[in-house]
Amino acid sequence: MKKTHVTTTINGDHVDFLCEPTQTLLDVLRDELQMTGTKEGCGTGDCGACSVILDGTLVCSCLVLGLEAEDKEIQTIEGMAAGDELHPLQRKFIEHVALQCGICTPGLLIAARSLLEINPDPTEEEVRYWLAGNLCRCTGYHNVIEAVIDAAQEMRGN
Amino acid sequence: MGMMPSPFGTQLPYEEKELKVVGTNPTERPDAADKVTGRARYAADINLPGQLIGKVLRSPHAHANIKSIDTSKAEKLEGVKAVVTCDDFPDMPVQHASGGEIMINFRDVTRNMMAREKALYDGHPVAAVAAVSESVAKAALKLIEVDYEILPHVIEVVDAMAAEAPLLNEEQFTKGIEPAPDKPSNIAARMTSKLGDVEAGFKQADLIIEREFNTKAAHQGYIEPHASIANYTEGGDAEVWTSTQGHFMIRAQAAKVLGMDISRIKVTPAEIGGGFGGKNLIYLEPLAIQLSKKSQRPVKMAMTRDEVFRASGPTSGTNIKIKIGVTKDGRMTAAEAELNYQAGCFPGSSLPLCTPTAFTRYDLENVLVIGHDVVCNRPRVAAYRAPGAPMIAFGVETVIDELAEELNIDPIELRLMNAAKEGTQTHFGPKLGPIGYIETLERARQHPHMKEPLGPGQGRGIATAFWNTLGMETSATLNINQDGTASLVFGTVDVTGGMRAAYSQMVAEELGIPFEKVRAVQSDTAALGFNFPTVGSRGTAAGGMAAVKASRDAIARMCEVAARIWEVEADQVLWEDGHARPASANVGDFEPLSVAEIAAKAGFLGGTIAGHAEINVTGGGPGFSTHIVDVEVDRETGLVKVLRYTIIQDAGKAVFPDYVKAQFHGAAVQGIGMALNEEYIYDENGVMENPGFLDYRVPVASDVPHIETEIVEVPNPNHPYGVRGVGEVSIIPPLAVIANAIYDAVGVRLRDHPMSPPKVLKALDDAAPREAAE
Repeated sequence: MKKTHVTTTINGDHVDFLCEPTQTLLDVLRDELQMTGTKEGCGTGDCGACSVILDGTLVCSCLVLGLEAEDKEIQTIEGMAAGDELHPLQRKFIEHVALQCGICTPGLLIAARSLLEINPDPTEEEVRYWLAGNLCRCTGYHNVIEAVIDAAQEMRGN
Repeated sequence: MGMMPSPFGTQLPYEEKELKVVGTNPTERPDAADKVTGRARYAADINLPGQLIGKVLRSPHAHANIKSIDTSKAEKLEGVKAVVTCDDFPDMPVQHASGGEIMINFRDVTRNMMAREKALYDGHPVAAVAAVSESVAKAALKLIEVDYEILPHVIEVVDAMAAEAPLLNEEQFTKGIEPAPDKPSNIAARMTSKLGDVEAGFKQADLIIEREFNTKAAHQGYIEPHASIANYTEGGDAEVWTSTQGHFMIRAQAAKVLGMDISRIKVTPAEIGGGFGGKNLIYLEPLAIQLSKKSQRPVKMAMTRDEVFRASGPTSGTNIKIKIGVTKDGRMTAAEAELNYQAGCFPGSSLPLCTPTAFTRYDLENVLVIGHDVVCNRPRVAAYRAPGAPMIAFGVETVIDELAEELNIDPIELRLMNAAKEGTQTHFGPKLGPIGYIETLERARQHPHMKEPLGPGQGRGIATAFWNTLGMETSATLNINQDGTASLVFGTVDVTGGMRAAYSQMVAEELGIPFEKVRAVQSDTAALGFNFPTVGSRGTAAGGMAAVKASRDAIARMCEVAARIWEVEADQVLWEDGHARPASANVGDFEPLSVAEIAAKAGFLGGTIAGHAEINVTGGGPGFSTHIVDVEVDRETGLVKVLRYTIIQDAGKAVFPDYVKAQFHGAAVQGIGMALNEEYIYDENGVMENPGFLDYRVPVASDVPHIETEIVEVPNPNHPYGVRGVGEVSIIPPLAVIANAIYDAVGVRLRDHPMSPPKVLKALDDAAPREAAE
């Protein structure tokens, strides 16, 4: 299948890639760019493991075509920590044992970060409904919710 | 039986002592930083130079003879480098083996990974291709022509047991019946577990309740689909990276079906994205190896979610009958169960493992459990967290709830009156050692949850569970490094992410060095001897025992080196608080030697220091839990909302307590999902209708409440730290506890799973029809 040249920005870096018209943004990230931190759990937009931020909006990268990334700004899990300084959400996930197998963790962290950017002081219910698009089969969500609320509190500076 | 305890097993006695590391929550979990940054490598994240992409062609039919397969057009497609069908694998005779928590038969294993004469379920592999890209591989699948002769199929267990049911295997005669039957049957085996005389027991009863239950198949639902990458080398070896709970088991199965020596295959377990019992059988691995052999290039394969649902897992759907008798004053006199389990297309459900759980938590003199392992046109079932047990508990624990109501005895009290304790004879053989069942009930009775007021339409339920802890073959090596740090090489796959930390904690405790100085590294199959897969809650318990034994072995070696430094005998040196010390003042006046000091001199004084354990662990301790739930039932929609949930479980000793609680949470929420929504749905052609997370609905964050947990610690006497398995027990009570709470809320007993809105609504309407809508 003939490939098309796409120019985009990922985690602040200028990136070029070639992709087939049927390849999703998830395929491009994982297979063409070797950015495997974004996970594939279903390929149908039901599990949220492939969550990324596209021009400020939380999306399932399996529902976006690679070609649609042209001239966009994409943020993935690889860009979440600042150098070796973990993002507060990443630290709180570890502290609260909010991850077990870890396959859903990048997606949950991306989704949680997008929540806290919109709503820095969410209630437990707001966190639960915002993260309802991210399936986790190990944790039962309890510790995930606690970690997000704790991180939000720390990020608000109290 | 591969799962019977070995008479040559290893147990290390529990020692009560002051602990510095075990029982604390480590701040730095070895696996966590890579997982939160996306750097952890799962199987689908691994790429090899020159790799091809492999895809599987699957049967669209539930039951069909395969008359021919023509792959010639696919082979000619540009970019296709190899195609395999059953002709590329040797046929296998009947040969039974352990497959983790279930038994397998290689005649069937080879047919499950690649159909031979028949396709036996929707999703059954019939061919596989390797091509230069996924798009070419998919195009190639469309060019493979399979001539199917569609056969009548059977999906439900009760239908499959009927005399006139379509047969999956004309040569299958029910085992376990005397005299042996002369007609073939879908019932592969009848299994019996018996204690005392149930007829006599029921005669002593003043009240007998007998009920029938039906449960649907449910999938483990790990978020990571199966993925494998294989490289068949020019020298005739195979290297495989795969998502598995047991790389040694995968290697053995792959070697067998490929006709290779085990020594020719090296399997490296990638970070696993959830397994819950479903990643112990070979699916993609032998296909990837064979495609790599044919193409002379590495081959990477990953299932789609649709393939995961249609062709891996799930747990059995069941038909269960439970009968329990009690005296007026609440003493249980007899209990009986009939367990009819779907095995999927090949025999080997979890019955041998879950049958012992049926009534074990009650002190009963008369028990009869009869199980039927039944084949039907579904994917071969796999283990799923406490495999088979939640469905039995659904029956037993709701019948006990009914008995309690009839007798006007509090349900916790009725359980306490009949509770198993140390010395209780089980119906599966052994007498119980010290256990924490009564403690979980007592704590439940006193829990603040029990005093919370309930609103209209709300109800509260109680249910309890037992699950045994497996031991089995376990090996580990503890390398003492030149700088005094320690590297534990372990082979019991860390399926949860917490096991590496727990192992490191136990090693640090043994050596007397800080947690940070120990790193636990997961081995491939070349670095250690055989390890049983991580199943049966054995990970931290059995793997931990090997880590402790290897630590003690290394300590003995370090004491030898210290003795050589001091020029005394090895038995004049003891190990205490991270140092070798003279055993008494008579030995001499020597400064204690640290691990680092000994390691620095070890090379000259005897060589590298390592400790080993190659053992069969037989000290697994039974685990028990009691759950409390509050639900609210919406009379208009039938929706059951879980409002509050409490788990009280005996962990023996929680090595990493926050993680133990996290295991309780995860198990219970999987059980809640199974109770309320999860089910395999088939159409009239035997095709699965809901092979995706949109229609197979697992719990999401907004479905479940805050979960309270309490850890009970009754030490396991056969484990050095008292550890019991913790991962599985708490998936068992949710079906029953929710059914009991629904009854408390609306007065309707649900015996058909899942308790999804349509079923609940129907049950409510059947009990008290609403006024017809005008």
